[in-house]
Amino acid sequence: MQVDLQTIALKPLRNTFKHIEKRFGDKVASRYQEATYDLQPTDNFHYRPTWDPTREIHDVGRTKIVLKDWYVLKDPRQFYYGTYTQARARQQDAIEKSFDFIEERGLENSLNAEVKAIALKTLMPLRHVAWGANMNNNMMAAYAYGTALNQACTYASFDHLGIAQYLTRLGLALGDVDSLKAGKASWETDADWQPLRQFVEETLITRDVMELFVAQNFALDGLLYPLVYKEAVDGVWAVKSGPTIGMMTVFMADWQAETAKWVDAVLKAAAAESPENKALLSEWASAWAQKAKAALVPVSKIALGVEADAALADVSFALQERAKKIGIELNF
Amino acid sequence: MDMNVKKKLGLKERYHLMTRDLAWDATYQKEEEIYPQLAYEGIKIHDWDKWEDPFRLTVDAYWKYQAEKERKLYAIIDAFAQNNGHLTVTDARYVNALKLWLNGITPLEYEAHKGYARLGREFKGVGASVACQMQSIDELRHAQTQIHAMSNYNRFYNGLDDWHHKADRMWYYSVPKSFFEDALSAGPFEFITAISFSFEYVLTNLLFVPFVSGAAYNGDMAAMTFGFSAQSDESRHMTLGLEVIKFMLEQDPQNVPIVQGWIDKWCWRGVRLLTLVGMMQDYMLPKRVMSWKEAWEIYFEGNGMALFNDLARYGIKVPECVEQVRKEKEHITHQAWLTFNSANFLTNFHTWIPSKEELDWLDAKYPDTFPKYYRPRFEYFQKLEDEGKPFFTAGLPRVCQLCQIPVFYTEPDDPTQLAYEEGTYMGEKFQFCSTFCHKIFDNEPEKFVQSWIPPHQIFQGNCFPEGTNPTVEGFDPIRNVAAYYDIEWGRENGPFVGSEDQKNFAKWRDQTTKN
Repeated sequence: MQVDLQTIALKPLRNTFKHIEKRFGDKVASRYQEATYDLQPTDNFHYRPTWDPTREIHDVGRTKIVLKDWYVLKDPRQFYYGTYTQARARQQDAIEKSFDFIEERGLENSLNAEVKAIALKTLMPLRHVAWGANMNNNMMAAYAYGTALNQACTYASFDHLGIAQYLTRLGLALGDVDSLKAGKASWETDADWQPLRQFVEETLITRDVMELFVAQNFALDGLLYPLVYKEAVDGVWAVKSGPTIGMMTVFMADWQAETAKWVDAVLKAAAAESPENKALLSEWASAWAQKAKAALVPVSKIALGVEADAALADVSFALQERAKKIGIELNF
Repeated sequence: MDMNVKKKLGLKERYHLMTRDLAWDATYQKEEEIYPQLAYEGIKIHDWDKWEDPFRLTVDAYWKYQAEKERKLYAIIDAFAQNNGHLTVTDARYVNALKLWLNGITPLEYEAHKGYARLGREFKGVGASVACQMQSIDELRHAQTQIHAMSNYNRFYNGLDDWHHKADRMWYYSVPKSFFEDALSAGPFEFITAISFSFEYVLTNLLFVPFVSGAAYNGDMAAMTFGFSAQSDESRHMTLGLEVIKFMLEQDPQNVPIVQGWIDKWCWRGVRLLTLVGMMQDYMLPKRVMSWKEAWEIYFEGNGMALFNDLARYGIKVPECVEQVRKEKEHITHQAWLTFNSANFLTNFHTWIPSKEELDWLDAKYPDTFPKYYRPRFEYFQKLEDEGKPFFTAGLPRVCQLCQIPVFYTEPDDPTQLAYEEGTYMGEKFQFCSTFCHKIFDNEPEKFVQSWIPPHQIFQGNCFPEGTNPTVEGFDPIRNVAAYYDIEWGRENGPFVGSEDQKNFAKWRDQTTKN
């Protein structure tokens, strides 16, 4: 039986803001819409940036990709600050409980010793890869045109810092400060890690916003995350040593699936707009995926040993499938 | 099984592992190419590791605490909307303060988000970068929560619906717009001095307190709750401002004069911008919190000066402009409101002449100036209004080409004289409201000649709708500028008395209280 509560309903003058109405019609808008569309100023800028004097403060020219409307790159997750933080807080809560569960029972001590060593060897240097990803998504957040893209890159940069910190926490739980030190030393000097470090440093000087988006968020993360968290953590390592490590890295596994939806939507919308965009994105995806795969060969061997080649082939295939759905040509 | 006794990590060491330990020295690419913005301002940083984290927040803690605040805030915003919360405000004139906020301040929150995102990337030190990243996402929060808090007001009152278009075009919004774009277009060290130090530390209370307390005093639960929810964000921002200034000053003595120059510039630009906020505080809050004069005395002459005492050991001096600001605090808000009230045909908020009680309050708060210089003017304009001949300014004001405020300021020692100042650059004349604006211009003329000055743009014919022919018989430039601004003529402009806002508020109040 329905309880029919009465409220005093006043007749509003309008349903939403003018710029929202222009886009979506005269109806009540969602919070994502009101918080995102046309938030970035677009006209009559006063001064050219001293840090980039040939362009404006906000400028579509910071990438070769051309879009009539940069708000076509909307986020399928519809994250604005409120929904983003609340989603992440729920995940954080679950992970906190996992870490507590493990630490209270001393489960880190009953891990297969070999797997534990491989896990530290694989995951500690990835703290630095995550920092590079944070820097790159920050770059995109700073220089992307339009709030739809810039906002989502801000959230991605935060996610990567969060991942770096979860990895740090894992290192302190499974090892200690020396494990982190060893990971950093490997990152800086071990032959196995140099191709990946070289890759990351090359992304740090890549200043086309969309090219960097492809290099970092599609090519590298599209291979690295499934390789490490699916093939290794939840695959080969779990078979040998159970789910303990997976519990500590569950954020990364969940995050990759969720973020891929956003990355693919952005690339799909950009590619669909013109053959020129499609060609550019295809060219970038192919070049960067090729470099990323090569850089990941030695890393995959550390993580997966004899299973490395098959795993790398699997994740490469999966990336190809994503590219097909996105509508770009990926050859690598 | 080995039970290793792990070294217990201190908070500082743990946070370092979570942040600055993540970075490494690049060897495959040149540092100057990874961080191209760090050298050109002349600031020398020898050791980013000397940065002291102003706060220690890991990302997961950030998510947790901020999500908790968002949950609470949105619950209130929802309840506010469901229960016609806008009708609890003291009176509908108050909503005009929100119009100033949404059109003038909210876009700046977004620009701050962008500015700090840039610094998050371009600063080499991880500590500094992470602090800037947290501020960047906080500012995005502020922009979006303000939009959401005011969304319900937009459905019922005019002047809130078109901030994207108006903020980029209208003659008075170019004041906040040019202020922030000056910072955004500057290098990273100037940006952080301007915003984190001068604005977020020195002047922050002068923006926050009037608006948020104004909301609380006037029954605006939505904006008030936003403000309280933002308070802990603002304390982080203040600590960042303090740390960054100390860090730059301690890194190299040659940074001191550069930073001093920026402090001087941005304190002045900040105070000029705050004219609009002071005006709001003295004139637009039916239930007033305190006068601009009082706020300035507490938050700057009290707290702010204590800060400069702290910085004296680095060689930093109190900005020269404070003496002029001290004299001007008695005048600027009245001068501003008089200007807006006679130009309200071209604003997207309403104005009104203060009531007798309000004039009495102003007399009491400004005993040395208001009764002598300003009350007589308001009473004269009220007389004209009562006679059906309200006064409106004809023509466009002379505008300062630095701060972009109309030259309604008077000489600091003679309130009967408008403050005109002129300069020349490359054979052209430039106009200013003060010696301080003039000095700032002279320091960077190549930057400030680029300004998009609304009255100049209007005179150049750039502020008419596309395809307008200004040479036709009977051409009305003001109506055409209003069309370029997309002003809903007769609805969102003009006096409060007789406005749709006034009528509706009264009607709805009746609807919700009478049978």
